[in-house]
Amino acid sequence: MSQLHGIVTVAHTSTYAFECITPETDEPDSSPMKRYSAFAIAREAFSGHKNWDRAWRKAQPKKRYDVVIVGAGGHGLATAYYLGKNFGITNVAVIEKGWLGGGNTGRNTTIIRSNYLQDPSAAIYEKARSLYETMSQDLNYNVMFSPRGVMMLAQTEHEVRGYLRTAHANALQGVETRFITPREVKEIVPIINLAGPRYPVLGALWQERAGSARHDAVAWGYARACSAMGIDIIQQCAVTGVLQEAGRVTGVQTTKGDISCEKLGIVVAGHSGDLANMAGFRLPLESVPLQALVSEPIKPIMNCVVMANTVHGYMSQSDKGEMVIGGGTDGYNGFTQRGSFHHVEETVRALIETFPMLSRLKMLRQWGGIVDVTGDRSPILSKTPLEGCFINSGWGTGGFKAIPGSGWGFAELMAKGHSPLTEEFSMSRFREGKFIDESVAAGVAH
Amino acid sequence: MSIRLATGGRLIDRNSTVKFTFNGKSMTGADGDTLASALLANDQMLVGRSFKYHRPRGIVASGAEEPNALVNLGQGAHHEPNQRATTTELFPNLIATSQNHWPSLEYDIGALNGFFARYLTAGFYYKTFMQPRAFWKHVYEPFIRQSAGLGKAPDPETRDPDIYEHFYAFVDVLVVGGGVAGLQAARAAGESGAKVLVLEQTAFWGGRAPVDGGEIDGLSPDDWIKKTVQALEAMPNVTLRTRNMGAGVYDHGYVLGYERLTDHLANTRGPRHRLWRIRARQVIAATGAIERPISFAGNDVPGVMLASAARDYLINFGIAVGRKTVVVTNNDDAYRTAIALKKAGQDVPVVIDAREFGGGALMQEAKALGIRVETGRAIAKVKGGKRVTGVALCAMAGGGAMVEEIACDAVAMSGGWSPVVHLWSHCGGKLTWDDEQSFFRPDSSKAPTGADGQAFVVCAGAADGHMHLRYVLQDADLKGKGVAVSLGCDRPQTTLPTAPDSVETPLMPVWLMPANAWDDLRMKAWLDFQNDVKVSDVQLAAREGYESVEHTKRYTTLGMATDQGKLSNINGLATLAASLGEDIPNVGTTTFRPPYTPISMGAIAGEARGEIFQPLRKTPLHDWHEANGAHWEPVGHWRRPYCFLRDGEDVEQAVHREVLATRNSLGLLDASTLGKIIVKGPDAGRFLDMLYTNMMSTLKPGKCRYGLMCSENGFLSDDGVVARIDEDTFLCHTTTGGADRIHAHMEEWLQTEWWDWQVYTANVTEQYAQVAVVGPNARKLLEKLGGMDVGKETLPFMGWVDGTLAGFPVRVYRISFSGELSYEIAVPAHLGRAFWDKVLEAGAEWDATPYGTEALHIMRAEKGFIMIGDETDGTIIPQDLGLHWAISKKKDDYLGKRAQARSHMTDPERWQLVGLETLDGSVLPDGAYAVAPGNNANGQRNTQGRVTSTYHSPTLGKGIAMGLVRHGPDRMDEVITFIGDDGETEHKARIVNPVFFDPEGEKQNV
Repeated sequence: MSQLHGIVTVAHTSTYAFECITPETDEPDSSPMKRYSAFAIAREAFSGHKNWDRAWRKAQPKKRYDVVIVGAGGHGLATAYYLGKNFGITNVAVIEKGWLGGGNTGRNTTIIRSNYLQDPSAAIYEKARSLYETMSQDLNYNVMFSPRGVMMLAQTEHEVRGYLRTAHANALQGVETRFITPREVKEIVPIINLAGPRYPVLGALWQERAGSARHDAVAWGYARACSAMGIDIIQQCAVTGVLQEAGRVTGVQTTKGDISCEKLGIVVAGHSGDLANMAGFRLPLESVPLQALVSEPIKPIMNCVVMANTVHGYMSQSDKGEMVIGGGTDGYNGFTQRGSFHHVEETVRALIETFPMLSRLKMLRQWGGIVDVTGDRSPILSKTPLEGCFINSGWGTGGFKAIPGSGWGFAELMAKGHSPLTEEFSMSRFREGKFIDESVAAGVAH
Repeated sequence: MSIRLATGGRLIDRNSTVKFTFNGKSMTGADGDTLASALLANDQMLVGRSFKYHRPRGIVASGAEEPNALVNLGQGAHHEPNQRATTTELFPNLIATSQNHWPSLEYDIGALNGFFARYLTAGFYYKTFMQPRAFWKHVYEPFIRQSAGLGKAPDPETRDPDIYEHFYAFVDVLVVGGGVAGLQAARAAGESGAKVLVLEQTAFWGGRAPVDGGEIDGLSPDDWIKKTVQALEAMPNVTLRTRNMGAGVYDHGYVLGYERLTDHLANTRGPRHRLWRIRARQVIAATGAIERPISFAGNDVPGVMLASAARDYLINFGIAVGRKTVVVTNNDDAYRTAIALKKAGQDVPVVIDAREFGGGALMQEAKALGIRVETGRAIAKVKGGKRVTGVALCAMAGGGAMVEEIACDAVAMSGGWSPVVHLWSHCGGKLTWDDEQSFFRPDSSKAPTGADGQAFVVCAGAADGHMHLRYVLQDADLKGKGVAVSLGCDRPQTTLPTAPDSVETPLMPVWLMPANAWDDLRMKAWLDFQNDVKVSDVQLAAREGYESVEHTKRYTTLGMATDQGKLSNINGLATLAASLGEDIPNVGTTTFRPPYTPISMGAIAGEARGEIFQPLRKTPLHDWHEANGAHWEPVGHWRRPYCFLRDGEDVEQAVHREVLATRNSLGLLDASTLGKIIVKGPDAGRFLDMLYTNMMSTLKPGKCRYGLMCSENGFLSDDGVVARIDEDTFLCHTTTGGADRIHAHMEEWLQTEWWDWQVYTANVTEQYAQVAVVGPNARKLLEKLGGMDVGKETLPFMGWVDGTLAGFPVRVYRISFSGELSYEIAVPAHLGRAFWDKVLEAGAEWDATPYGTEALHIMRAEKGFIMIGDETDGTIIPQDLGLHWAISKKKDDYLGKRAQARSHMTDPERWQLVGLETLDGSVLPDGAYAVAPGNNANGQRNTQGRVTSTYHSPTLGKGIAMGLVRHGPDRMDEVITFIGDDGETEHKARIVNPVFFDPEGEKQNV
């Protein structure tokens, strides 16, 4: 705000007629991206904000690209961005059936954390978290990464031991976490009820540098940065087939014609199975609706993210003031991006016990997103049986927090054929039994 | 100013005054008022501040669509933020305060944001606040958060004093909406004999019809409604509920009703809200329509209101919203407001009709009353700050050049109507654009479908796009009958109510007023009043490439406020479409999500809160534990004593005392929570052979065997002792936490894979109290109780026998999880407490000591026994734990066998179970990892093992631990280094045999 002070407001009237925004030409924009800043806003204000460029070009597909990414969600766009930024590969198209960022990127609860137990998970999520820290500056787009801290409550002795183990693992993984006492929990989150009648809070795993970000902005920021590098983002273009010759991918059939490519990256979350089917292989994935809801906005009252896994609920407060609440997945597979009620009921119940003030707030909106879940609930970032075709899927309920790390690693895998970040997330692990299982709470003590 | 007129007000009782306060100011309303109408009666048009610019906001609507009039309601524990004044019924001593301003509603420092409006365009925050990086967390975000948000949070330290409940209803036909359409549809469906439930969100029946006027079957709408409601009340198969909103439609005809029971009462008793969970075979959504504002400059100034709302306040509550009310419209309906105001003796300086030739009969009627009508004209802008002072009249076709300024203190606007299609859309119903009437209405060919693929929602009346009384009734009657027939009922014989035909001149779509409004006017033409989204914002979004309607919504926050865009969505879509040069239907709509209007979290949670949120499971001995110092530990839905605290003891001292007492003499454990599942049938043995890794079919009746269960992926998931009761019957013990899970696991396999096997399962966990009698004096105690032979020949280790002890019918298992001589004694649950008391009494001479879970854990660790959930975590196979002996080599198959043959499972590099001892007798940190030299490719420290269980052993007087270590069993006596959770502190530990105590089993086998 302070940067806006001192700027003289000039009365400004024009007789500009009600305009139509004409589509841009298909030619890549050769002019460099105009940087966003407070000064740019002030400058544009003088011309009535008429001269803002499109955030990303409206592109039509070329005949051929070095790399085609299917899916312009966060993961797909991040992959394209790091292909360009880290490897200089910019002859890239990102193809999107709907509108970019319209899947889980735009409907999650925006939690970013990396306090994972297993080494491969901690590595990719911590990479992601560290990239989130500088994302606004890197992309010149404010994604509002807010390192307000993420707290995972321990409400059984078993959970205490689980988080102590995670804290030890994190210390060796370079992930800053610590196990905190109930008193510290209360200091950080004054609205919490430590002495829940059912599950008292026995402590928590606290990651201070975790937090949340503005989900749409992540997709938009990557899209803008990709576009500025010359990468084509092609929306409203569905892939209808995968072209191949002699076991090698040669391109894709789309509703906007055939597009040939050297390498193909499939990054389509819930519809991974469909694309894999087109490419001629199968994936160990199930798609299930994940439920979330928000309350009406209230003045700030909670300044971190709290996850209560024993009772299945998590909550944070958005910058707008809404309490953002995540629940569980429906007990059946499905593709409807709709809210269902039974999980919401359980989640709200659990959170009212944890935060009694919630009872007198109102649910404003509930929705569902389709998450693709693997057998070990960890993602797949992998080569596939089709040479030149790579798959990035299976992020389940935790994909948003991974976007930059996933893009970074997957771009490296696609560019070089190998990435330490994705090494353990290969498809072959299911055949080998080499699972990456984060759900350590498999059983409860005698 | 707005005032209460001397006459009129069909919903209020003038003789009954109601006192309330707003922002500390005492005010008076009438019984039957809403808070909004009562505020207007007190000339309180200014009621809040907008979200972003903190602009003054007045009451705009009269119902659920109100975006502005949100208040903090009540005080202390009863406080509730964001209550909509238009749907809040007034009650005595109501206390309301306005929201989102500082220091006061009238003078809000946040309004300074408005001066920067030129810079604070849609999405401006995505373009700035980036430098320096640390400022986002510490400066920008706290500032933004503080100025955002609306109401005050409820008090975090008190629990909600109100109670809530859930209701269940199963009906043939659910009618949502009690206007004339809903009533007629309900009547038609009801006549067929179908079971009908009618929900109306307000406190009265009839909806808008009495306000809009007209005639039904020769009666006034009020009389027709009264008659119809009486007829419905007389039908035993029809249930009518007011103050009950259809909140959401879900798959398979599942509908939520949100009933507000006490919100309108001063003194609340009984449940406040009731959530109806309704299964309906068919849903008729007769949810009416909502009027749209018009986008002109200053349309957000307090005093600018929907024309229908101005009419509602006049007719329902006897209120004139202004002394001089200008009406602006693009359709005929708004003339009804002008006419009603005029007839009530109010001044209507002008009706501004955007249509070049104006309207039809209604316009003529207005003119006949002497009202000035300006056609082809528009409002260039509204004058005034906290209240309208006038409007600038201009030509509709131009950019906004003022031709005349007209003084007024209220503006009634009508941009046409939009059917309420929310319930249709919640579960997948699609919409179609009605070009003639300029709104989206349900596309009946793309209805929400149920499991049978058939439509289960129909819209009736205005909700289906029928805007005139005559056709509303026709449609409702048709839909009611149609639904009845589709459910297999006879076609009802109700007669169609008739209303006179009325011809209205079509509206002219007006998405911006005037049509080519200048820049500075568009920057003041509001689309979303609460979230401060203007026409210029949507145009900017389109210009910047946020072309998808979802992009525009998210970039500008259009329609994301607490009204969820009920007033703004269509105007916003149309603005976007115009910006893109597209047709409105090509742009599409955003998704309608439940609930229709916000519903309380308390109602969602219902009764299950506090003590009965996940009710505790209690063993028959629970009360004894409670009375004897139990330090509780939550285990699944049970509470188990962690230890029993005696005078002056801390937890550690109590645990040590319990371990030593048990090892040296006699300990008692409440083992009732252990899962007990009966598996019975000719194929029971075969079934258990598939479930357990070891052979169970060869177990002899009277014998017990310890068994392991794995998941299909080979991972150890549960363990426990199986007793064979007779040839066809096994009793499977599971872990406490595993009982329900394992029972479900058994049933899943039986029902989906081995459905032809003759096996039944029953979870009998709670049928028995089970007491473990443990220690060197265990047998002496049992012998003292008397009644059966428990000698080592009759009842050897891993045997069981039925009998009586001290007169109690018992089943005694000789099994041990502590390494001591040990019996687990099961008695029928209702005898549990008496038996426990008897055991305690008899055991006094050996100082019989009840012990808790921690002593249990320590004793099992001293013996090197694994614990599910400690040594296992869902990634461990039995082979990792040295349990090869419990894996049958003879069986062709068991669950997990094939998985355990996979390459990673047979990898010799897998970490294996060992014992661990620190060099100085201290206790290793729980969960610590052992490091190996170097880092991996991701820069993480290499590891070679971890601690799975760690305790101070009172028996051995030193720390003992179990852990998994790479090649562990081959590295006995080697010292490895564990690292603390600070990443630095080193803990050296020696690899040892995991059986720390009595490795020969001499104490157990006596």
